Amino acid sequence: MKGAENVHGGHGQHAHLAHHFTSLKQQYESTKLGMWLFLITEVLLFGGLFVAYSVYRANHPEIFIYGHKYLDTRLGAINTVILICSSLTIALGVRCAQLGQRGLLILFLALTILGGLGFLGIKYVEYEQKWKHGLLWGKLYKPQAHSEREMNSVESIENPENRDTATTNSIPLGNAQTASEANNGADTSLEQTQSTGIIVEATSRTNLNQAETQGHSPESATIEDKPKNVQLFFAVYFAMTGLHGLHVLIGIIAISVILVMAVKGKFSPMNFTAVDLTGLYWHLVDLIWIYLFPLFYLIH
Amino acid sequence: MEELGLTKPKGLKAEKKGAQENYLNSRTGFLSWIVTLDHKRIGILYLVSILTSFFLGGMFALMVRTELIASGKTIMDAETYNKAFTLHGAIMIFLVIIPSIPAALGNFVLPMMLGAKDVAFPKLNLLSYYFWVGGAIFALVSLVTGGLDTGWTFYTPYSTITTTSVSAVLFGAFLLGFSSIFTGLNFIVTIHFLRTDGLTWFKLPLLVWALYATAIIQVLATPVLGITLLLLIAERLLGIGIFNPALGGDPVLFQHFFWFYSHPAVYIMILPAMGIISELIPIHSRKHIFGYKFIAFSSLAIAIISFLVWGHHMFVSGQSNLANMIFSGLTFAVAIPSAIKVFNWLATMYKGSIRLNTPMLYALSFIFLFLVGGLTGLFLGALATDVHLHDTYFVVAHFHYTMMGGALMAFIGGIHHWWPKMFGRMYSERFGKIAFWLVFIGFNITFIPQFLLGIQGMPRRYADYPQEFTTLHQVSSIGSYIMAVGFFLTAIYLVHSLFRGKPAPANPWGGASLEWHTASPPIKENFLSPPQAYDPYDFTRLVYQPDREEYILREEINPSLA
Repeated sequence: MKGAENVHGGHGQHAHLAHHFTSLKQQYESTKLGMWLFLITEVLLFGGLFVAYSVYRANHPEIFIYGHKYLDTRLGAINTVILICSSLTIALGVRCAQLGQRGLLILFLALTILGGLGFLGIKYVEYEQKWKHGLLWGKLYKPQAHSEREMNSVESIENPENRDTATTNSIPLGNAQTASEANNGADTSLEQTQSTGIIVEATSRTNLNQAETQGHSPESATIEDKPKNVQLFFAVYFAMTGLHGLHVLIGIIAISVILVMAVKGKFSPMNFTAVDLTGLYWHLVDLIWIYLFPLFYLIH
Repeated sequence: MEELGLTKPKGLKAEKKGAQENYLNSRTGFLSWIVTLDHKRIGILYLVSILTSFFLGGMFALMVRTELIASGKTIMDAETYNKAFTLHGAIMIFLVIIPSIPAALGNFVLPMMLGAKDVAFPKLNLLSYYFWVGGAIFALVSLVTGGLDTGWTFYTPYSTITTTSVSAVLFGAFLLGFSSIFTGLNFIVTIHFLRTDGLTWFKLPLLVWALYATAIIQVLATPVLGITLLLLIAERLLGIGIFNPALGGDPVLFQHFFWFYSHPAVYIMILPAMGIISELIPIHSRKHIFGYKFIAFSSLAIAIISFLVWGHHMFVSGQSNLANMIFSGLTFAVAIPSAIKVFNWLATMYKGSIRLNTPMLYALSFIFLFLVGGLTGLFLGALATDVHLHDTYFVVAHFHYTMMGGALMAFIGGIHHWWPKMFGRMYSERFGKIAFWLVFIGFNITFIPQFLLGIQGMPRRYADYPQEFTTLHQVSSIGSYIMAVGFFLTAIYLVHSLFRGKPAPANPWGGASLEWHTASPPIKENFLSPPQAYDPYDFTRLVYQPDREEYILREEINPSLA
C-alpha cells in the first residue's frame, strides 16, 4: 500500500480524520484491520457451507459425481473468467484512486460493475435452466425424465452418453441396492413428494424393481443409475452459489456507491480508503467463486 | 469507609446544577440518545436494554420454577412449559449474557481503560446496538405469534417441523450474532490501535485482555452460527434438506455446526466475566495482581481451546468413540487455564487488605460458584459419567453455576464497581450487601438440589416429575424466589441511587487503571488531555483522602513525588 505512506505525513486535524483518531495513519490502519476482520467473518460464514459440502461429498461421492453433470461447465468457466477480470479492474481502480486519476477510476469501477452484472446474468441463465427442469434443492427436487436427457445433450460439453456409461461402471449395482435399503425412510418421503409431483417416471428411481416394471426404454436404463438423494447436491449447490450470488449483488451495490462518490470527486491520494476496502471485499467474493467453480463444475 | 450508605438528599439539586458538563448532560433529549455515537452512551443503552431482557428472562424462569413446585399441572400445560423454558434460555443466552459484559460494561470502560476517546468505529458500535434491538424485536414477535418450543438449541429435525414461530427467532438470533460480531470486531481494532501513548500490551488492565480474547471468539465463531441459522431458516421456508434426514440431510451436522459456535459462545460469556474478576479482586484487595501474564495468556489459551471442544455436547449423539475421547481430553484441558486464573486471584488476595463491599462480595462469590460449576463440568466431560448425566438436571445445574453463578455474578459485580463511574452516584452499600446475600443464598438453594435431582435421574426440560422428586423441586423453587427478591432489591436501590445517591468521587475504590483518572461521570471526550499510561495494578501511587472519601494520586498531594 504505497499510497498509505503518503497519507502518514498529515499533522493537525485533517478533513478526513475522525475526532477519536490521532493521526490519519492510525485511522487508516484501524479501518484496514477492521475490514480484514470482517472478511474473516465472511470466510467463516462460507466456511460452514464448505464443511457441509465436504461432509456430504465424502460420505456420498456418487451424488456429486452424478449431480455435477447437470451444471454447465462452459457457463461456469465464462463466469470464472469474468470475475477474475473484474478483480483486475477493481485492483487497477484502487491504484488509480491512490494516484488521483479520477477518470480512470470511474472507468475501472464501471467495468467492475459490468463484470458483476455479467456474472449475475449468466448465473440467472443457469438457475433458470435448473428451475425449468425441476433440478432444485431438497423437497423441490422434481426432475423430469425427458428434460434430463435434454439437459445432458444441451448442456454438457462432453458426450453425455459416454458420461452415463462411465457413471454406470463406477457404481456397482450391488452398492446401489444396499444404499437404497439403508435409506428406506428417505425413500418413503421422496415417493410421497413425488406422488404429488408432476412427472413421476424418472423420480421413482429409488426402487429398481419399480423402475423395471415401468418399462425398459433406454432412458429409464440411464435413470436407474441415478444415486439416491441427488437433491442434496442441488441443496448444497444452491446454498453456496446463492449466498455467493448475494455477495456479488452486495458488492455491485457497494461499488456503485463508490462510483457515485468517485464521480463527485470525493477521492484523492489522501483519501481512498473506501475504494481500497471495497476492492478487498470484491477480491474475497472473487476468491470464493474460484473455489466454488472447481468444487461443483469440475468433479471427475 | 465501607458504609457509604444513603445520604440525605439536601443540596443535591444545587449540586446538580453546578455539576460540570459530562457525557450524560452534555446533550439531552431522546434523539441525543438514540443516535448517539458516544461509546459510553451506547454502553448505557445496552445496559438498560440488557437488564430489561434480564427481567423478562427472569420472569420466564420464575414461571418454570413455579410450574415445577408440585408434580402434575400447576400453572401451565406442558406445551406452555416448553415455550417458557425455551424463551427463558434463548433470552438469557442471546439477549442477556452474551452481550452483557462486552457490549454494556465493555463499551463503557474499554476505551477509557485505553485512554482513548472512543472505540475505533463508533457508527458500527451504534449499528451493533440496533442489530441487538432488531434481534430482540424478532424474539418478541415470536412471543406473540406462537412462541418457541425447541429449546434454545434449535435441534433438528424437531425445529424444522414444529409449528411454533421458529423462523422469527432464528432470524432474531442471526441479527444478534452480527451485533456480537460488530462489537468484537470493534474491540479488536480499538485495542490494537487506540491505546494511548506508552500503554503497551502488558500495561493493559486484564479486563482488556479478556475482552480481546472474547472478541476473537466473537469474530471467528459467530459467523458459523450465522450460516447455521440461515440454513435452518432455508430448511423451514424452502425445504432445502441439508439437515433433514427425510431428504438425505444429516441432523447431526446441525449439532456440529451449532456447537461449533455455541461452545465457544460459553467462553464469550465467561471470559469477560473472568476479566472483571481480575479487576475487582486486586482493586478491592489493595494489592497488585499476582501473575499478570499468566492471567492474560490464559484468556487467550481458553479462547483457542474453546474452538476444539464442541463435540463434548454430542457424546450421546452417535459420534465415534475416537472423536468422543479426543473431545473429552480437550475438554479437560480447558480446566488448566481456568485454574491458573483462580489460583492467581487467590494469590492476589493473599495478605491483601480485603474490603468486603458489594463488588468484592460478587467477585468472591464468582470464584466459589465458578469453582463448583467448573468442577462439575469435569463430571460431564468424562465420557462414562456423561452418559448417565447427559440431559439431566445435573447439566442444568452445572451450566447455571457457570453462566449465572459465573458470568452474571461478575456482570452484577461489575455494574456495582463501575456504577459510580457510569452515573456519578454511590449506591447504598448496606442494601447492596443484603441483596447480594439474598441472591447468593437463593442461587445455591435453587441449584444445589438440581445437582441432586440430576444424579437421581431427573431429565431436563420435563414439565412433570414423579412424586419422589417433589421435595428437591420445591426447595429449588423456593430458592428461585429468594433470588428474585434479591434482584428486585438490587434494581430498587440502584434506581434509587440515581436520584438520591451520594455524588460519587472520581476514584471511590482506588482503582489505578485509566478510567478512574477522569471525572465521575466522565466528560464526553473521556479525558481532558491524553492520559499518561502506567501500571494499572500499582495501588501504591494512590492515597485515600477520608474527608473526600476518594483516592487521589500521591503526586497530587506532594508534587515533588511526581
